[in-house]
Formats: sequence, C-alpha cells, structure tokens
Amino acid sequence: MAPVRGCGGKNFYDTLYGSLVYHLSDFVTMSLTLEQVHRIAHLARIEVDEVEARRTLGQLNGIFGLIETMQAVDTQGVEPMAHAQDLAQRLRPDCVTEDDQVAWRAAFQAIAPEAEAGLYLVPRVIE
Amino acid sequence: MIELSLADIGRALASREISSVELTGIYLDRIARLNPQLNAFITVDPERSLAQARAADDRLARGETRALTGIPIAHKDIFCARDWLTTCGSKMLSNFVSPYDATVIGRFRQDGAVLLGKTNMDEFAMGSSTETSFYGPTANPWALDRVPGGSSGGSAAAVAARLAPAATGTDTGGSIRQPAALCNLSGMKPTYGVISRYGMIAFASSLDQAGPLARSAADCALLLNCMAGFDERDSTSLDRPGEDFARELTAAAGSRPLAGLRIGLPQQFFGEGCSAEVMQLVDAAIAEYRQLGAETVPVGLPSMDLSVAAYYVIAPAEASSNLARFDGVRYGYRAPAYADLTDMYCKSRAQGFGAEVKRRILIGTYVLSHGYYDAYYLQAQRIRRLIANDFAEAFRQCDVILGPTSPSTAFRLGEKAADPVQMYLSDIYTIAVNLAGLPAISIPCGFAGGLPAGLQLIGNYFREARLLNIAHRYQQVTDWHRQRPAGHA
Repeated sequence: MAPVRGCGGKNFYDTLYGSLVYHLSDFVTMSLTLEQVHRIAHLARIEVDEVEARRTLGQLNGIFGLIETMQAVDTQGVEPMAHAQDLAQRLRPDCVTEDDQVAWRAAFQAIAPEAEAGLYLVPRVIE
Repeated sequence: MIELSLADIGRALASREISSVELTGIYLDRIARLNPQLNAFITVDPERSLAQARAADDRLARGETRALTGIPIAHKDIFCARDWLTTCGSKMLSNFVSPYDATVIGRFRQDGAVLLGKTNMDEFAMGSSTETSFYGPTANPWALDRVPGGSSGGSAAAVAARLAPAATGTDTGGSIRQPAALCNLSGMKPTYGVISRYGMIAFASSLDQAGPLARSAADCALLLNCMAGFDERDSTSLDRPGEDFARELTAAAGSRPLAGLRIGLPQQFFGEGCSAEVMQLVDAAIAEYRQLGAETVPVGLPSMDLSVAAYYVIAPAEASSNLARFDGVRYGYRAPAYADLTDMYCKSRAQGFGAEVKRRILIGTYVLSHGYYDAYYLQAQRIRRLIANDFAEAFRQCDVILGPTSPSTAFRLGEKAADPVQMYLSDIYTIAVNLAGLPAISIPCGFAGGLPAGLQLIGNYFREARLLNIAHRYQQVTDWHRQRPAGHA
C-alpha cells in the first residue's frame, strides 16, 4: 500500500482519495493484458479477433504510456472539472415540442435498418 | 471572383453583378474539376445546391439580403443536413440521410447561404490528418503528398484550393485550428457554448465546438455572426445577448492599432517540441505585433504539458459514451449476418467503425470501467482544472496568448498513421484550449519549405470579437493569408 500523503487541513475523503490515487497508479502502470483487451471490447460491444486484439494491445499500451504521465501529478484537493462553463443543467417543460409527430416518426424510421408498424426490429430477445 | 472576401462577394451579389446561381456554378465546376485529386468533398449535390441558389437569387431580387445570402458554403460532414447524406466520415453512417438540420445548418439556411457540399473528415472527427476517413484521405492543396490536417481537413482543403469561399468545421482538440494552420487559412474555435451543438454528431461533448474556416479573420467574423446564438435544443448552449463579431474590424486605426495590447508568451509554447522553422515564423509574427503597438509579457502555463494526457482520457471517455448510440438498430450500418442481439451489436460496430474510432472507444471504456475511474477519469478532470486555472492566471497578466498552432508544417500522408501517439502529439498546442473551453484562432504566419505555418491566438472567455480584431490587424499588414496554392487554377 502506498503511503498516505499529508492531509494539510484537507478533509478525510481527500486524504483517502490521495492514497487511492497512489494505490491505483501503482497498479495501473502495469501494461494491459490480452485478456483485458477482450474484456473491454466486450463491454464496448465491439467484436475483435485474436489478430486485432494483439495489434490493439500494443497500441493501447503505447497510448497508456502517454496517459500515465498524469499520475505523477499531485492533484489532492483539486476540484474535478467536468465542463468548461460552470452552469447548472437547464431544464425545460416536459412536453412534446414537435408538430406532426406521425410524419417525423415515419421520416426517422424510414432510415432504420429494419422497422415495421412503427417499431424497430431486432433479433428476438425473449423466447 | 474566387479571391474576393465574403463581404465583397456579398456586395457583388447584392448589386446583381453576379447571381448566386452563377457563383454556385463556378464553385461546382471547380469541385468537379479539382476535387478528384484532393478528395475534399464526400458529397456534392449540384441540383440541390443550385435550387438553393435560385431561391437565394429570388431573395436578393426582393432585397431581403443578409450578409451570407447567396454565398455557397461547404460544411463538414459532421453536421446533419436535411435530405443530405451525413456520414461523419464513417462506414457506420455511410447510408445515413439525415431527416433533420443541425442548428448550424439551419442558421445558414435562414440567412440564405447555399449548401455547397459536405466535406471529408477524420472518422467521427477522431484524427489530426483526415486519414481515418472511410472515404479515403484528403490531400493538402499545398502539396498533394501531404495531409491537410484534421479532423476538418476536407473543409480546409476545399477553402485553400478555392473549391468553396468558406467552410464550417468542428474543434474538439484542434480540429479547426490545426488544418487551418496546415492549409494557410484562418480558423476559429469560439468559447465553448457559443455555437449550438444540436445536430452536430457528438464526439466529446464537453469539448466539441463548431467554428468557421475561411481565408481571413474578417471572413471568420461574418461566418461566426451567422453560426453563433442561443439554442434551446443544446443544453450547453449559452444564453447571451447577440453580438456583432465584426464590430471591431471597421474601427479606424493609426499605425499602431494595437497599442496597449499585452500579448502573453507562455514558455511552454516556445520550448522544445516545435520545429525551428515554425518557431522562426512565429517569432517574426511577434515582431510584427510589436510594430502594431502590442507589448509582450512572459506568462506560464505550467500544467499545459499534461493536456495531451488528460485529453486522451476525457475525450475517449466521452466518445465511448456518445458512440454507444451506434448499435445498428435505429439508423446507420447493421451487419448483414449475426447470431443474436448482442452479436448484432458487436458485429455492426466491429464492421461499421474504423481502427482509430475503435481504439478510442476501447480507451474510453477502459478508463471508465470499475476500478480505473478514479485513477484515470477523475485525475484527468482534476488536471483539466489545473489547466483552466493556468489560463485564468495568465489572463491576469495579458489580454491574449500567442504561440504556434501546430509544432510542424503539414506532414506526409501515412507518416504518422501507424503511430497513434505521434499523431496525438501533433495537437500539443491546441488541446489545452478545448479543455479550458476558451476561444482561439489560427492565422497564417508564413511558409517553410513552401508549406504554410499557423499562428495561434488564444483569448479569454467570450473575447472572440477582440481576437478577430487582433488577427485582422495582423492581416492588414501582412499578406500570408492571401497566398494561394499553385496548381488549382
């Protein structure tokens, strides 16, 4: 377990978080394995064969080598920034805004791989 | 005619010196002759464009003229345009005829501009060379064996070769500014939230921003006037009073129009990593700005070196989420054969996406997965904050930040295609701006070995008009931006 950095007046979670980053960074600097590539590809719903997985593995490890430079930085107490503007999500009334919904639905379904009776068709899921 | 500014084209149309049909015809003819060697356009539809031009001529005849009425504009194929094929450079959307208009497209329609065609791009805007397009690479008009930059490389090549008077692009990590630099154009990424993202196919939603690619800062200002504005259909669109982005350009000025302007020079932009030839041109531009009355101050952006690393966590994370919608169910590509629903997803996505898009989805999926989220995604967001804080601190000491747009001039087709990391590093000077959400413009600042180089000017939030003016004053005393590639007559 990596050492916990000084809390310097930070709250408990920041201290805990500091240790967590250290701990994980020790762990993630390891290279990805072929098995992990297959697992990620499945999570992403992208079929990969063995040849592609091996090629991808080398490339991903190169990219993670670049990404790892982040781990050396002490970001304790820094507020994560999700967005360029600090804005609250704007809400709108929960009502239909499009006119002529039937025509719009037809227009959108006309470009579907398979649609019938206003429904999108997919392989049977429930027997 | 093809060298006129947008304002002059507008005047020629308004005075009936030329009709929109004639003007559009000139460009359609140029595209037919010159596009085969450039591959700048994915879709051209002369009948549809000419129909719009006829409508614009009617409008001009009635005197209902706005700044861009009758002017043909090329659009990056990331913007949905009603009844136009909209591919985003991907096989996944190679059959997608959009049922609706992006807000940007709608705003150009409202102004009576003509949709000249849809331009080539890196697949889903992921790239810096336009080589990842399903429709093949675009060539740089300045050297056909070199890349035009990316991802808005088709738009840049089209404007540089005078196949369009101006074009739109999008910029997630430099995708307007870097192609502008590599093709000798002026290209602006406005403050995040100024232009609606509605109908602009999403890559990394907290970074994506549309903007103009044109032959001058003054042209960019006119395009921005059309593109910018609040849109209730984009939840991150900013509700601000309308402004005329060209308002500072016409102000009378003496020999030192930029007197009092403080230009910040961050040491991180002037260290190793930038080619000597580009740096020399940037130094010459700084000298020019001093002549115009500006003073320079050293500033620091200490966290900027981390921007590429943070970006390649944040952008793929957002992309992996955004691109989950491409499942072969409602629109787009579906694999011809599959065993069950999951297999249909996996095969449709495997066959529909190209290698770079898959790579980024996999990176994103990994950094968001259980056990890695804090170490990668949260850490990247914390570094994003440090970078934004750096800029805030720098803007306490200066009005605008100056540096190179790209560390080199256009590289050769294929040169970096096999090494993703080298490709990613070509955006080293542009990415931090997206992370902070600031406006920036790239303008031509000279040539090295016959290839153009770009100067980047970064402003504080909502300082687009000021930035455009600073770029415009430079363009009034230099003629780099008027240079045009040979061989595209």
